[in-house]
Amino acid sequence: MEKQKYERPLIKKLESGMPNKFGTRTGYQPTTHIENVPVKDLIKKYDSPLFVISEKQIRNNVRKAKQAFETRYPKVQFAWSYKTNYLDAVCRTFHQEGSWAEVVSGFEFSKALNNGVNGSKIIFNGPGKSDKDLKMAIENNALIHIDHLEEFYSIRQITEKLNKKAKVAIRVNMDTGIYPMWDRFGFNYENGQAWDVLNKIIRTDSMELVGLHTHIGTFMLAASAYSAAAYKLADLAVSIRKKYNHEIKYIDMGGGFSSKNTLKGAYLPGQDVNPSIDEFAEAITSALINSNFEKGHLPILILETGRALIDDTSYLLGTVLSNKRLSDGRRSTILDAGVNILFTSFWYDHKITPAQPFTQYTEDTVLYGPLCMNIDVVRNNVNLPLLNKGEHVVIHNVGAYNMTQWMQFITLRPRIVMIDEKEQVSLLRERETLSNFLEMESVPEHLKTFDL
Amino acid sequence: MKLKSDVAVSDSGFVFLPTTGESFSVNPIGSEVLQLLKEGKSIQEISNQILDKFDTEPLIIDKDLSDFMEILNHYSLLE
Ligand SMILES: Cc1ncc(COP(=O)(O)O)c(C=O)c1O
Repeated sequence: MEKQKYERPLIKKLESGMPNKFGTRTGYQPTTHIENVPVKDLIKKYDSPLFVISEKQIRNNVRKAKQAFETRYPKVQFAWSYKTNYLDAVCRTFHQEGSWAEVVSGFEFSKALNNGVNGSKIIFNGPGKSDKDLKMAIENNALIHIDHLEEFYSIRQITEKLNKKAKVAIRVNMDTGIYPMWDRFGFNYENGQAWDVLNKIIRTDSMELVGLHTHIGTFMLAASAYSAAAYKLADLAVSIRKKYNHEIKYIDMGGGFSSKNTLKGAYLPGQDVNPSIDEFAEAITSALINSNFEKGHLPILILETGRALIDDTSYLLGTVLSNKRLSDGRRSTILDAGVNILFTSFWYDHKITPAQPFTQYTEDTVLYGPLCMNIDVVRNNVNLPLLNKGEHVVIHNVGAYNMTQWMQFITLRPRIVMIDEKEQVSLLRERETLSNFLEMESVPEHLKTFDL
Repeated sequence: MKLKSDVAVSDSGFVFLPTTGESFSVNPIGSEVLQLLKEGKSIQEISNQILDKFDTEPLIIDKDLSDFMEILNHYSLLE
């Protein structure tokens, strides 16, 4: 007699009428393949854990976003926000789709140059530009977005020394009805700071005022905030035009569109409730079009969209190390992928699906990573099918910030691969090894030996 | 380790504890284990019986059964 398929015995308490803090079931289908490549094969070849990026999905996302804006506004330019994911292959995919580069450090700036982006198509944001960074930016004709007055004076000094004009914009912060208001970056609109510095720039011969920039927050759930912000930047641009007959070339609305992830504690899945890119596009473009720009004088609209373009392109594959029962009876499952490589599990309830077929029986589960740290929780409560040691899970929507903010902590960082449009897999980043670390460290002579 | 005598187990995988009014659902293997416990079988006997019938290994059964017993105890279903 052929033996039946085994599944571990399971008993679950029925709590009718009780709100289920474990939320809705995360997925009814296993994720056995990514872009038609078997998950099992990926892990066999590249090990677990493993980041997997879909090139096709990146291209789809950019094209869809471009379409959303270009059908509503005449001149649109996307700039890839490097910090969101600065793997060269990812950046170059965006550049092939026409995106400029948006960087916030000398390191990111050099990376963009190294990727072959012309300096005049690099937007240099951020509060932490050193004089050396600024010199590199000015020499490369980059678009420098001034964050504070010290920076204005540094640029003035450097341009005078180099005898070269700098192309600048300012970052503006403002009240858009969103709490908390991000006022630590840039110059405030309401109190006149922004207007003051614009006047200073216009009167500085070595600077050309080319744009106005804002970035009102991240993972925004209200498109209306962008409408308020666009009106305020348009107002500044129109005032500059009136007073100095100087035309601002672009308005840069920054990033911040929410992706389809579900914020921790949110009641409904992000997939269903977060605004679509069309809603953001409608809010921004109608505000600009309805503002007081003269006919034929609309500025270029720049967008530095990060997470909304990359989150759903990437997956983290992991393996079950063990199952264990907590003192309150809940099941906990330990994965080989923890918060050290999945930073965003602090923000999101990531969608997680088993990578192999399962039965309809599920259990409320706490998913832990492998670190010997209390904070290492991948999902606090998720209703999952029964997972056995050695089985695989797929963590979805991990493309933004994880592959840049990941930590080398306790374990080494894993490989990253990309599946291209022909469904071929390429290694984008090798996993770290002990020798990578030994290379960077050195031990003083007197500490080289010991007897135990 | 015996199942409380008043625990009712239905064929459809429904478990009812009359003393507290609590109810539970079990998967088919869970239901089978409960039936065997009700019949007074030992863990070793249950383990052997499952091994005969299902495609698995002794080590896995031992681990899963001890976890299952732990959760039965947690739900106060054992004597
Ligand atoms: C200036 C600037 N632009 C763009 C972005 C990308 O933001 P997001 O990933 O929320 O779209 C950021 C992120 O913090 C930013 O600081």
